[in-house]
Amino acid sequence: MEKLIKFKIDGKEYTAYENETVLDVCKRNDIFIPTFCHDDRFESEAACRMCLVESSNSNKLMTSCTLKPTEGVEIQTKNAKVIEARQEVLKLTWASHPNDCVVCDADGDCKLQDYMYYYDVPSEKDYNIPIRDFPIDDSNKFFYLDPSKCILCGKCVNVCDQLVGVGALTFNERGKDSFVSFAFNKGMDYSQCVSCGNCVSVCPTGAIVEKTRIKFRIKETRKVRTTCPYCGVGCQFDVVLKGDTVVRIDPIDTTPNEGLLCVKGKFAFRYINHPDRLKTPLIKKDGVFHEVSWEEAYQVIVDKINETKKAFGPSAFAGLASAKCTNEENYLFQKFIRAVIGTNNVDHCARLCHASTVAGLATTLGSGAMTNSIEEVKNHDVIFVIGSNTTETHPVIGNFMRQAKKKGAKIIVAEPRKIDLANEADVFVQIMPGTNVALLNGMMNVIYNEKLYDEEFIDSRTEGYDEFIEVIKEYPAERCAEICGCKAEDIKKAARIYASGDKAGIYYAMGITQHSNGTNHVKSVANLALMCGNLGKESTGVNPLRGQNNVQGACDVGGLPNVYPGYQKVHLPEVHAKFEKLWNAKLSDKVGLSLPHITNGAYNNLIKFLYVMGENPIVSDPDITHVKEAMERIDFLVVQDIFLTETAQFADVVLPASTYAEKDGTFTNTERRIQRVRKALEPVGDSKPDWVILQEIMTLLGYPQHFNHPSEIMDELASVAPIYSGVDYDRIDKVGLQWPVYGKNHPGTKYLHKNKFSRGKGLFTPVDYYGAQELPDEEYPLTLTTGRVLYHFHTKTMTGKNSEINEIVPINFIEINQRTADKYLLSDMQEVIVKSRRGETTAEVHITNKIGDYVVFMPFHFADGANMLTNTVLDATCDIPELKVAACEIVEKI
Amino acid sequence: MNQKTLKRIKEDLLERKPTFIIPKNIHPLEQRIVLKNYQVINPEEINEYIARDGYFAIAKALRMSQEDVINEIITSNLRGRGGVGFPTGLKWKFALGYQDNQKYVICNADEGEPGTFMDRHILEGDPHNILEGMMIAGYAIGASKGYIYVRAEYPLAAKRLQKAIDDALALGILGNQLFETDFSFYIEIRLGAGAFICGEETALLESIEGKRGNSRNKPPFPAEKGLFGKPTIINNVETLANISAIILKGGAWYRTIGTEKSSGTKVFSLSGKTKNRGIFEVPMGISLRDVIYNIGGGMQEGSIFKVAYTGGPSGGLLTKDHLDEIIDFDSLVTLGSIMGSGGIIIADQTNCVVDTVKHFMEFNQEESCGKCTPCREGTTILAKMLDDITTGKSSLEDLEKLKHLGKMVSTTSLCGLGQAAPSPIFSALEHFYDEFIEHIVNKKCPSGVCEMATKKGDEQQWKN
Repeated sequence: MEKLIKFKIDGKEYTAYENETVLDVCKRNDIFIPTFCHDDRFESEAACRMCLVESSNSNKLMTSCTLKPTEGVEIQTKNAKVIEARQEVLKLTWASHPNDCVVCDADGDCKLQDYMYYYDVPSEKDYNIPIRDFPIDDSNKFFYLDPSKCILCGKCVNVCDQLVGVGALTFNERGKDSFVSFAFNKGMDYSQCVSCGNCVSVCPTGAIVEKTRIKFRIKETRKVRTTCPYCGVGCQFDVVLKGDTVVRIDPIDTTPNEGLLCVKGKFAFRYINHPDRLKTPLIKKDGVFHEVSWEEAYQVIVDKINETKKAFGPSAFAGLASAKCTNEENYLFQKFIRAVIGTNNVDHCARLCHASTVAGLATTLGSGAMTNSIEEVKNHDVIFVIGSNTTETHPVIGNFMRQAKKKGAKIIVAEPRKIDLANEADVFVQIMPGTNVALLNGMMNVIYNEKLYDEEFIDSRTEGYDEFIEVIKEYPAERCAEICGCKAEDIKKAARIYASGDKAGIYYAMGITQHSNGTNHVKSVANLALMCGNLGKESTGVNPLRGQNNVQGACDVGGLPNVYPGYQKVHLPEVHAKFEKLWNAKLSDKVGLSLPHITNGAYNNLIKFLYVMGENPIVSDPDITHVKEAMERIDFLVVQDIFLTETAQFADVVLPASTYAEKDGTFTNTERRIQRVRKALEPVGDSKPDWVILQEIMTLLGYPQHFNHPSEIMDELASVAPIYSGVDYDRIDKVGLQWPVYGKNHPGTKYLHKNKFSRGKGLFTPVDYYGAQELPDEEYPLTLTTGRVLYHFHTKTMTGKNSEINEIVPINFIEINQRTADKYLLSDMQEVIVKSRRGETTAEVHITNKIGDYVVFMPFHFADGANMLTNTVLDATCDIPELKVAACEIVEKI
Repeated sequence: MNQKTLKRIKEDLLERKPTFIIPKNIHPLEQRIVLKNYQVINPEEINEYIARDGYFAIAKALRMSQEDVINEIITSNLRGRGGVGFPTGLKWKFALGYQDNQKYVICNADEGEPGTFMDRHILEGDPHNILEGMMIAGYAIGASKGYIYVRAEYPLAAKRLQKAIDDALALGILGNQLFETDFSFYIEIRLGAGAFICGEETALLESIEGKRGNSRNKPPFPAEKGLFGKPTIINNVETLANISAIILKGGAWYRTIGTEKSSGTKVFSLSGKTKNRGIFEVPMGISLRDVIYNIGGGMQEGSIFKVAYTGGPSGGLLTKDHLDEIIDFDSLVTLGSIMGSGGIIIADQTNCVVDTVKHFMEFNQEESCGKCTPCREGTTILAKMLDDITTGKSSLEDLEKLKHLGKMVSTTSLCGLGQAAPSPIFSALEHFYDEFIEHIVNKKCPSGVCEMATKKGDEQQWKN
């Protein structure tokens, strides 16, 4: 039972919980206390002295942000003495502050201004000292740092250091000469700054402000709360609009992001109002796009569908759902393909990222999603990151990992590249691409030999251990070290640290999944967690980090060829019958084609009609030459998107869709949390939200769908998918719900497998190591691995419309270490042609010590880039291509 | 290491060197406890320290319970010599009360107030005594690690401390399982980097942690949450130098020395216009007259005593009216000053009080870490206001403002630096109000120090 403390504030009785400060109690009870430096997310600094209150226990004024009430104490928050002190602090702050509010960017959005107004402090200076005069630092592309307007509250420094864990900002000098700058005052480029903009968000004055192209006063704007459209973290923020133009993004201090954002979420929003947005439907005639009306475009599509269906039957159709669109839209999309067209040939880019997770974890644990919540990240005592460059791909989760580290957690990183997190790791194992299974088996061998496993957990909650451990015995650390190209000692160290964790979490992403035996890599991860009993507890589990805002949701609602919404298998007769009844349609009972097979089908003229909603396979899929040829060969291609993407250029009809900011709906983030997306502005031009387009086409095809609002689609989804059955818009209005949510009274599920695995018992799977399918040889001596960078997202459709982002990462590049570069006589920043058995691409050479000998890295964001080279070989279980390993060669220097 | 070996080392050395030569310049009023080995032993010879009963106190303490060690210190009524005078035993008791697997003892050797140089002599003259004090403190509170934060401007002190640590480690006096007990203790040196604020205990903690030397708000006090968030005691050099004697001779003995509420001796550093200057150790309660005319040998030729500055830039002023007042923690507070860490600057008729107070304020302004608003901005404005007085640009109205702001800065600042920064102003106004009025109303500096603005334009310009 928590201790309660009774005390008085301004004569009225209040109760504090143990460890609460006076400020906490005041906030909870709407008692106004002014603060500059305070932030609930980090320890109080008590620097600004604005929150001073009088306490009957002290003859000094006390800072309420640090004062813990004691039983019976009387606190005064607004007597004359307190007011006088606050006024004095304001006068002192104001004394050296430039009196230029009228032309300041932060006018109307400034705490100093507000408090001076509340406390009647005149703008005439009471004290005569020089006004702060520092040069503006504009070295960051997204914001200015103006130390003259800084009141030295230190929030930016604290947020950067304590919450983001980067420490790019710092105080310089001392006393009145102190000012905030990038480290050593040498500008952004010499600091660790990642342009996350969290300093901008917390600055109470105009000292750190966004470089904005559209002038606005905060009173001219309105705010709409919604969910970030980039990665799978699902950050909550306010879209700030002037009229129908997005002018700023303000993070919200709530779950899951706790007020943090990354550079993409905070600054890469220019695409919404970008002039290149698609504004009318387009039809291609003689190779040229013509603007047409919606009616005309619909008619062409409907006629073509009917014609194709008649000639070739439903199996000649395929549809690509979208990890960027809402749950409601993906639900409608798969319903359209299944119930209206009559085929299960529906898939989306989850095939390329976590197909092996869904397959691997469903078999071993029973559920192919993150076991834990994002809020649990900072409470781990051991974090094992394997195959994930978390700080770049899921920056806010990366921030929480750093917060965990600050609280004492140990970090293990296993990666082919020395990623940022590796610099902070207790052990970093640099492995060759594709050797995860060897590493994991080696770790498990150590854990077995040193008896570090959790015997009780293995006995009571798992099965298949005996068969599994026989395989593990074949993998002594020394053998594995040889395969992985690392030190056996590091494997042992990693094993010991992981096994020592009481709250150990594994975080993985594409480095585990994108292999021709990716499902086995995932199973191997599950084996490790099961062996140490690191599952089914808070802050303890196996966490596949999902890459896109709604890739989890697109899978959940049936955007996959083998399952209906809620992972109900299409080939099971009772399920099939259930959905035929629910949707009142004849459904196919055959598992549909997966994305690579859809492409192959198009290539082989088996797929005649392809409907693509918000996907860009011509950049994202392996072997672009092959994909392009497939798109060329296809009889009819419909692309529904927000820009004329590389894929849309191949389309026969292009339909202009709306961005997340122009529609209502929900996204399901990587921690299974279904969160609201809210309409902030009207659709640009004649564009329409995807759900509107889909239901109009479905209706025209004789399957009437008349949803008035996406909430009604969610209600239907909830009625067919048990894991979503408790979800409705009222319940998820504030913080969302984490599935499974079985019914309206179910609270949702913070972490999975609490007392029982979703499949009953956790299943150990014996996994042997097999290398990648294409290994370097004389002809192609380099190992190519691919991945994301912080600044760009997926196929760059959205991030590429922000000029600042493009300035930072303008063109395709290849990372290579100095030794390998020397062999090729390459110099930094020169352009080269890189070739593989599939094709070739150009790239700028980035020489780095991050990567091992004869291994090269290329981001997959660029058109005709890395995926010109990647291998299409598939995992037999789940059809994920081996995007992470291919052999290549640098053939020409430009 | 054990008691026997210690004794053998002592006897061995005494055989070779039966007597130590006590320096002749010790004043009869002095009583040396802290300075007992100062200029007596070779500070770089651990055996000489042992021969003077060094490390017998830790050996004795380790046979006592932690509570008994602390009680001995409480009985002695030893108060922190860093300036505030908080009872040392009580501080230790608090730290013992907080359970943690790691605690720290820190020796604050960042002596930095203008006119203070006692700690330097103690560190350079008897480094082992500090180590022993830290070890006893470490045992008493349950700490196994100590840091000495010494300012980089004291290279000899740092060098001798390091030698002392190395020698003690080599002899097994520092290290694991000391004196055949479970007590282990290690000491490391951390060098300051020239910031006065790092002598403030919480800023010192930040500095050792590798951060910028900003003060932390108290509470939580370091005894609860100190270095790296662990229970920590921070004691001044001179405080720690008293510990071994108290353990060996008992708290009751120590209490017989000095005044009722300020027991023991105090090392002062005397500078300014007296004939003798330097450090001396006397029982608490010596009169200002004895300091100047007895130990100080009187004023220099041609100098007439005008004012004594105690406690440096956070302290206050004593005048000829106070010559027979005694000097201890509490009496100076009642006189509107503080003893501080023991620096006494004696000034004569050529000293302008307003000018000196201005310099003190400029020092505070310069040394403010800049974290909290009242200290950062307040010291700047106060220094500017004092500068205006000394240059004849001030009015009586401004004097009221000065007092008001001084009060606000001292009541709202975060740490001791800001809270005490205005003290010299108030003390000066109390004792030398007329000098301020001379400057402000008659635009004259009675001591002839301040250069007054002569041009009418100056005032005008400032008003803008």
